[in-house]
Amino acid sequence: MRHVISILLENESGALSRVAGLFSARAYNIESLSVAPTVDPSVSRMTLVTRGDDHIIEQIIKQLNKLVSVVKLQELTPVEHIEREMVLIKAEVNDKTRDHVRMMTDIFKASILSVSPTHFVIEMTGERRKSQEFIDALAPAVVVEIVRSGSQGMSLSDKPLRSN
Amino acid sequence: MELTGAQIFIESLKKEGVTHLFGYPGGAVLYIYDAIYQQDAIQHILARHEQGAVHAAEGYAKANNKPGVAIVTSGPGATNAVTGIADAYMDSVPLVVFTGQVPRELIGNDAFQEVDTVGITRPCTKHNFLVENIEDLASTIKKAFYIATTGRPGPVVIDIPKDVSNEKTEFVYPETVKMRSYKPSIKGNPRQIKSAVDAMLAARKPIFYTGGGVILSQAADELTELVRRTGFPITQTLMGLGGFPMSDPQSLAMLGMHGTYEANMAMHKSDLVIAIGSRFDDRVTGNVEKFCPDAKIIHVDIDPSSISKNVKVDVPIVGQVKPVLAAILAELDQRDAIFPAGNIENWWKQINEWRKTDCLNFDNPGDVIKPQYVLQKLHEITAGDAYVTSDVGQHQMWAAQYYNFDKPNRWINSGGLGTMGFGLPAAMGVQLAYPESTVACVTGEASIQMCIQELATCKQYKLPIKVVLLNNGYMGMVRQWQEFFYEGRYSMSYFDSLPDFVMLAESFGHVGMMIDQHTDVESALKEAFDRKDDLVFMDFRTDPEENVYPMIPAGGGQSEMILV
Ligand SMILES: Cc1ncc(C[n+]2csc(CCOP(=O)(O)OP(=O)(O)O)c2C)c(N)n1
Repeated sequence: MRHVISILLENESGALSRVAGLFSARAYNIESLSVAPTVDPSVSRMTLVTRGDDHIIEQIIKQLNKLVSVVKLQELTPVEHIEREMVLIKAEVNDKTRDHVRMMTDIFKASILSVSPTHFVIEMTGERRKSQEFIDALAPAVVVEIVRSGSQGMSLSDKPLRSN
Repeated sequence: MELTGAQIFIESLKKEGVTHLFGYPGGAVLYIYDAIYQQDAIQHILARHEQGAVHAAEGYAKANNKPGVAIVTSGPGATNAVTGIADAYMDSVPLVVFTGQVPRELIGNDAFQEVDTVGITRPCTKHNFLVENIEDLASTIKKAFYIATTGRPGPVVIDIPKDVSNEKTEFVYPETVKMRSYKPSIKGNPRQIKSAVDAMLAARKPIFYTGGGVILSQAADELTELVRRTGFPITQTLMGLGGFPMSDPQSLAMLGMHGTYEANMAMHKSDLVIAIGSRFDDRVTGNVEKFCPDAKIIHVDIDPSSISKNVKVDVPIVGQVKPVLAAILAELDQRDAIFPAGNIENWWKQINEWRKTDCLNFDNPGDVIKPQYVLQKLHEITAGDAYVTSDVGQHQMWAAQYYNFDKPNRWINSGGLGTMGFGLPAAMGVQLAYPESTVACVTGEASIQMCIQELATCKQYKLPIKVVLLNNGYMGMVRQWQEFFYEGRYSMSYFDSLPDFVMLAESFGHVGMMIDQHTDVESALKEAFDRKDDLVFMDFRTDPEENVYPMIPAGGGQSEMILV
């Protein structure tokens, strides 16, 4: 099963490699991982997406909690939450495909950031599934480059995930 | 007052009550060694290899329940220390290890003797630090001792760049530490403690299965009280031996791969396993699919990640062993609980049947020296009261099986990592912690050669360790596996050349003895242990092809033991 975990960790050198190292040392997989400082600059927030059965996820949570750099974490999968991913797409366009790409961009509420005679750079934000649908829908235009931010997650509860 | 980093190092260790520092100098730590030279509150023990320094710190910590402290230089000093650090990590030994680092402006430049110590030690430390500013040094040391000694103990590395050790700042040692990201739980959840007591009162085939956590938490008294009060049988792991007296009739001795028949059978057939400070290691469980099929499991452990890691647990209790056991005893008092002997009468009958196999019995015709016999005699002659360290191999298992530890902290070995070379330096640490006590190092001729250089350290600090070498000419444990599982192809497990250990010991300034007659074993041991001030190196020529029994082959179930 796919699991999304939000992690607050000390914003100090090496903290990220402690998390990444834990996953490689214990042969857990990381589907995506994104990290940046929070309002409190001494804390970074990470959204980590992983896969595993309940037993493995339980171990992952415990092992993460055990890291001295981890301040707090929350598993998002069991609670009401939203998840977003930003994707930048570079598509090759020509007279035959340009309109199609513009139409799809409208339908999927994506936006074109840059235009050259032969290429568009498009930004799309949404659930991972939706961005994949968008990418598929761009055909016959050829997608030549993609970059994904990795998932960002937040619970919908009024109670914030905070370091104190 | 302004102090240099090196002076802050010394003053901080004093604040932590450190009296012994195990180490080896080098370029990156020369300012620190200069400060060591100019004080005498802390004794520096100069090992002969950084691995030896760290194992000595481990031996000191394991015997003493105090953190061990070591210091090594950058680069090769740090990499040599890694084996000891990893060993401490696996056995949850509280250590603070200082490593020198190249000056800050050279970090990342592939400078002379630079390695990424924090990177290398990250997976084998509880936590580690690179001190980037002199202002952080004192508080980092405070945190390191706090992390190493609380919760599930473990090694913490502090990497200090050379220039930091020479910079100056105001010295203030923090009185307390608070870390928002590190708050180990101590007390168990009261509801779970009640459930545990309910389960214990209902059990008909209960067994205690206790481990190193009992020793680390200094909970032998509470454990002994609880075991006696319940009347239940108890088996202990390799790391837990002595937490409950092994000579007590309720003790079924060690369990696991080379545990006793009765311990493994009782675990297998039990209806309630009370695991305390033990972690269901694969050498204990064998095939987890076949592990304790009918048992409800209570698990007391300080580390939540140990619970339900290998085996599903019914009553998890996260907390330090000592307060949790105290809470269980208090709960029993409060309920006026009694454990009627009748409840477990049949269970003891069954256990006593298993005991009749007398699985530790061995043929001792007297034509060769049996290693088991040496250990039985060692027990007799030291009145079971010695601190015994060991290396790794058959001799380690025999020591665990035949020395019969009755007290905690007396059995000091490398269980988790299984590090050959541990025994002799660990014995140095123990002897320094307890100068008046008897310390024996049980070893094999392969293991002892891995840290043999420490004989020189023993000479320098006059450590009267008794080395009990069970010399079978083979890497015995390797040979045994090759005999059982590789059709006797003894690939590389035999040394075609061995040193003359008597001459070797003498060349280091010690007393050497070679014993090759069964009838000389007892007198040799007596003579050696009578020499209170000397390190005596006893080279016992033992039966070359003796095997460790019983044995559960790797991956086998608990009830699938090879008895002889
Ligand atoms: C550093 C290290 N290298 C290799 C091993 C694998 N190993 C385990 S036991 C053993 C043989 C030990 O032989 P010896 O010290 O003579 O003891 P014996 O088994 O004969 O009692 C070996 C090589 C180990 N445990 N540690």
